Formats: sequence, C-alpha cells, structure tokens
Amino acid sequence: MTALPTAEQVWEALARIPDPEIPVVSVVEMGIVRDVQVEGPKATITMTPTFSGCPALHLIREQLEKTARSLGFADVEVKTVLSPPWSTDWITPEAKERLRQYGIAPPKPAHEGSGLIQIETNPTPCPRCGSLDTRLTNAFGPTLCKALYVCHSCKEPFESFKSV
Amino acid sequence: MKPLVKDALIAKLTTLADDEVILAHRNSEWVGHGPILEEDIALANITQDELGHAILWYGLRKELDGSDPDRLAFFRDAYEYRCCELVELPKGDWAFTMLRQYLFDLYESLWLEAAQQSTYPPLAGAAQKIIREERFHLQHTRAWVERLGLGTEESNRRLQQALDFQWGYAQQLFVPIPGEELLVAEGIVPDLVPLKARWLEQASRHLQNAGLKLPINPGYQPTSREQHTEHLWSLLAEMQSTARWDPEAKVW
Repeated sequence: MTALPTAEQVWEALARIPDPEIPVVSVVEMGIVRDVQVEGPKATITMTPTFSGCPALHLIREQLEKTARSLGFADVEVKTVLSPPWSTDWITPEAKERLRQYGIAPPKPAHEGSGLIQIETNPTPCPRCGSLDTRLTNAFGPTLCKALYVCHSCKEPFESFKSV
Repeated sequence: MKPLVKDALIAKLTTLADDEVILAHRNSEWVGHGPILEEDIALANITQDELGHAILWYGLRKELDGSDPDRLAFFRDAYEYRCCELVELPKGDWAFTMLRQYLFDLYESLWLEAAQQSTYPPLAGAAQKIIREERFHLQHTRAWVERLGLGTEESNRRLQQALDFQWGYAQQLFVPIPGEELLVAEGIVPDLVPLKARWLEQASRHLQNAGLKLPINPGYQPTSREQHTEHLWSLLAEMQSTARWDPEAKVW
C-alpha cells in the first residue's frame, strides 16, 4: 500500500483545478481554497465562496472532492467558511497577470471599511492596449464577479474583475 | 443559546431568506424582457446575488434546526412563508421594479452594516460577506431612481406612482417579528428603530433630490409577516412547480 499524499501534495493537486468560469486561473490562485488538512485516510478541504450566488460553487466543491479522492483519500470533507469574506486581494499577482492576458482587467486593490457607496477614482486600464481612456458601461457583467467596460482607444469592449 | 432565543433566531433568519427568495423570483421575471440588454444583465446579476444571500440565510437556519433549504423554498405554501408584502407585489413597470429594489437595497445595506457586529459569529460572518455584494446593488438602483426621477415627465410620473404605491408597504421592513426583542437584547440582530430612522432620512433625501414627493398619506402598511397578498400564491405556484412535480430533480 502506498502512502497517502501530504497536505502540500494535496495543495499542488488542487492548484491544477481551473476556475470553471475563468479557466486561465486555478481555484487555489483565486483564493477559494483556504485550508487543507490531512489526517490518516481523511482529507479536509476548506473553501470560501467568491460571490454567494456564484453558480460555479457547486462545480468547484465537486471538483475539490473528486481531486482529493483521486489522490487516494477514502474520506474527503469539503467545508465552506464565510469568514473572513473572500477578497479579490487574495488572487495571486501571477493569476492577475494571466487574467489581463486573457482579456479581463484584473481587480484593483479592494478598499476595506469604506462606505456603502463607492466612487471609482482610478481608471481601469484596457487589458488589450493598456489605455486609461476607458468607460464603465455596466457594473454587472456576464458573471457575478465582473463588470463591463469599453476602451475608447482600441474601441474594444472588455470585462473587468470587480474589487471586493 | 436559550431555546426562546434560538426559536426567535430561526424565525428571523427565515424572514431574511424569504424576502430574498421572493424578491429574486419577482426580479427574475425580467430576464429576457429588460428595457435594454445591459439592464437585463444587471438585474439578472442582482437577482442571482439575492438568491445567494437567501442560500446563506437558510444555511444559517439549517445549522440551528437542520432544516433543508430546498424544502423550505419549494415545499412551503404561502401561509408558511414569512416574506414581507413589498417583495410579493407584481413586477409592474421598470420604474416600479427599480424603486422597490432601491428601497429594499437601502434597507438591506443598512441592516447588514449593523449586523456585521452581531454577537452571533455565523450571522456576523454572513453579513460581512453579503454587504460586499449589496454595495453594487445600491449603487445601481440609486442611480436608476435619479435617472427616472429627473428624466422625462413620463419617467418621473411613473416613478412617483410607484413610490405612492410602495411607500407604505416598505415600512413593513422595519416591523420587528414576534420575539425579535430577545435577539436585539442579546446583540444578535440590530435594533430596527434606529435603522428605520436612518433609512427614512437617506431615502427621503435621495427621493426628493430625484424630484419626487414623499407621499403625505403612507397608505396601506402591512404589519404581520403571517399575512400575504394574493400575489404570493401565484408566484409560488410558478416557482415551486418543477420541484413539486419532481422532488428528486435536484441536478440540472
């Protein structure tokens, strides 16, 4: 019988699971996986939802479980925690750069503790041409985590990750 | 947790979740019918967020009494629902839907802001999570109130009509449920009295700045969440039909 993988090896395997809606980044890079514990034949994975109504959450949960089982764990538990709430600040810098290359403007640093109404002060650069001459066309986009912009320089519409 | 407090908390979580589910279902009636594509998308997003919030509130209830959120949403009749009447009202025109969403978003934002300090950590955690999403809603619906109120004579007239009709209904958001005082005393949920004052102040200012007149006569003000409009029955008939027809159809 071969020994079961360590927690680090589980992390490595989970880091290969692409985000279902944005496949250029992994669920680990997105900051969705918060903790991995290995105890004998049992693996406990703790995840946190990005947006509470995100339809990809079921799929992510399923894939986390499936991946851990494929590593040989007979008992896999996927726990969900809400605290601390997921923040786009947790997305790794490498993943943010890959988002940009993919055509999605990466999230700007989230501002903690600010009021209910937020005014965007810094322009969102176009992920294609880098121009700052862009305009928000819709605060809501094709998925809960994104907003829609248009670039006045290259005339291309683009998506931008909301900062939360 | 004392049994009486626990019962009150279960009841309160149910009202929070029920408001979100019913409002979300009402708004989902606009999907594919929005005035322009961007707004169709925006409202669908807001709706999906509200459903997500309902899942969190039902989830907190499940931790307390083991109830199944799907059973609660799809297998209760109207008289078992504890939503407020405002969210049951038919979607009306765009002004009606946007005004209701604004009045609700402002209430929800203020409630969540205060609930982040809840002495019950699961509720505080959920509030901290939800408020991040709610921010985008309020920003959006605030702008719509301004746009319609200061737009054309026609848009102002329609928004005013919606306000005259909804103002009384909206007051129900601040009517405590039986036993809520126990939760307030323990610091589990915020006291609705100061919240209502803040809501009135902020809503009045924004509505008046948008060229609207606050109704002199607030009209019908529902007080009990055990009573519902006739509209809830038809809404549930549609929303629950698939689940009741095939209760095992959980995966699609």
